[in-house]
Amino acid sequence: MALNEDNVRSIAHLARLSMTDEERGHYTEELSTILDFVEVMRSIDTTDVVPMAHPHHATQRLRPDVVTETDQREKFQHQAPATEDGLYLVPKVID
Amino acid sequence: MYRKTLSELAAELQKGQISSLELTRLFLDRIEASNTTLNAFISVDREGAEQAAKVADARLTQGQTGPLLGLPLAHKDIFCTEGVKTSCGSRMLDNFISPYDASVVARFKTAGAVMLGKTNMDEFAMGSSNETSWYGAVKNPWDNTCVPGGSSGGSAAAVSARLTPVATGTDTGGSIRQPAALCGITGLKPTYGRVSRYGMIAFASSLDQAGPMAQTAEDCARLLNVMAGFDERDSTSIDNTPEDFTAALEQSLAGMTIGLPVEYFQEGIHANVAQSLDTAIDELGKLGVQFKEISLPNQHLAVPVYYVVAPAECSSNLSRYDGVRFGYRCENPIDLEDMYKRSRGEGFGNEVKRRIMIGTYVLSAGYYDAYYLKAQQIRHLISDDFKKAFDQVDLIMGPTTPEPAFKLGAKSKDPVSMYLNDIYTISANLAGLPGISVPCGFADGLPIGLQMIAPAFMESRLLNIAHKYQQVTDWHKRMPADYE
Repeated sequence: MALNEDNVRSIAHLARLSMTDEERGHYTEELSTILDFVEVMRSIDTTDVVPMAHPHHATQRLRPDVVTETDQREKFQHQAPATEDGLYLVPKVID
Repeated sequence: MYRKTLSELAAELQKGQISSLELTRLFLDRIEASNTTLNAFISVDREGAEQAAKVADARLTQGQTGPLLGLPLAHKDIFCTEGVKTSCGSRMLDNFISPYDASVVARFKTAGAVMLGKTNMDEFAMGSSNETSWYGAVKNPWDNTCVPGGSSGGSAAAVSARLTPVATGTDTGGSIRQPAALCGITGLKPTYGRVSRYGMIAFASSLDQAGPMAQTAEDCARLLNVMAGFDERDSTSIDNTPEDFTAALEQSLAGMTIGLPVEYFQEGIHANVAQSLDTAIDELGKLGVQFKEISLPNQHLAVPVYYVVAPAECSSNLSRYDGVRFGYRCENPIDLEDMYKRSRGEGFGNEVKRRIMIGTYVLSAGYYDAYYLKAQQIRHLISDDFKKAFDQVDLIMGPTTPEPAFKLGAKSKDPVSMYLNDIYTISANLAGLPGISVPCGFADGLPIGLQMIAPAFMESRLLNIAHKYQQVTDWHKRMPADYE
């Protein structure tokens, strides 16, 4: 097995995903199977091969730094689970 | 009327044989009659569709024209549609009414098309069977016990059962071509950067590409004419001269050379699939096409590379779902971390969580070089294989999938066997190339698809050969008997 339950606990924490102990057991097995499956990559010699991040090797286009979006705060906040006075509400962070 | 292609329906509308409203209601009724069995649609927008059809009829009466004026279509539920629920097949977005239109959606509106509704899909487009949808699996119209493929399974099933003349899809590793093959329709994945990704909910940004799904290659060309084009709001949109994709449809195929990669015809391929491909090769040979055996030596690495690159990009893209600004939030969080973790833990399904975790792992300190960087290097090798092949041939052809549609539940417990269903489609995404799936036969009553891959920006060549093939075959005209 590529991973143990402690590894999965720490990955799930990094990814901010809750799970039960039972689920963690399943994920440990499944994620290990997937990582074993991609293991074949290691046998390939990639010395001097440039990593490919974009299909056409294009670079990001630049644009003038000007305001293009209009203020639509009310429209967008309409989708939020909790807002007040134009602010997004979350559980208390500081006492 | 419902059996007609988009091109045929356009002619009927122009002649005044039928109104857009009548046509729209015909398809809305067909959706309603079949959706409890097929589950192809997540949302049906009857009111919006009828309203848009009335506007189109008024414009038609005034003698106005538009490339798709008054013609109905359906959008995969991955495209943001203003005022209409956009769920991406996830509980996370079950309550999300998009405040804006995706560029693709806006382009179709401008062209006068009428949106019937939003089609079902694998959650966040992660899946090859449509079984990962929060809204339940879509059924294959040819056999209700089989999967329609995925992730654009709702769109494929809807076109196949003639619930809509055409639909949009997205393809990250085969999500247009594989369901098109399994449902017996035509589906095109354009070159990366052809179609704007603005407002198309992101899965793996260096691979995602939207494309048309229809009965015929000709309809795909008409749709691509509307979909393709530069968009400054997508930073990877390609600024090419606009092209009429229908212009080359009728060109002769004489002198064209198609490459058959040995790696696409090895063991593991279903006997009927191999046979149908042989027959298709004969048909195309009669049209003047020559065939040449080629090799894509790194093809066997495509699926492993994909399952590092795609999860890595997905883990980054899906970090935006935090329960704060939109989407699902868990009940009674005790603190901020609990809110993040439970909102994401409860809002995402298993396949999405698996991929987020694989992505998080391969990007984490100490593993980045061994997994992510290595995968990007091999991605380069895979892309170079195609470049070398296209020095010798005009196109590459093979099966879209190793086998026809499989049974619901057959692969859902084994992620890796599910991933291998995309073994022939994934490499085109890694290399950013256009690919098409075209119906080419049946195995025990289930459709089979053949795939063609072209050099970047050569969609016209794919559509040309697919169209000529469809003029001498009738596989694409068959529809599932239960929906006649």
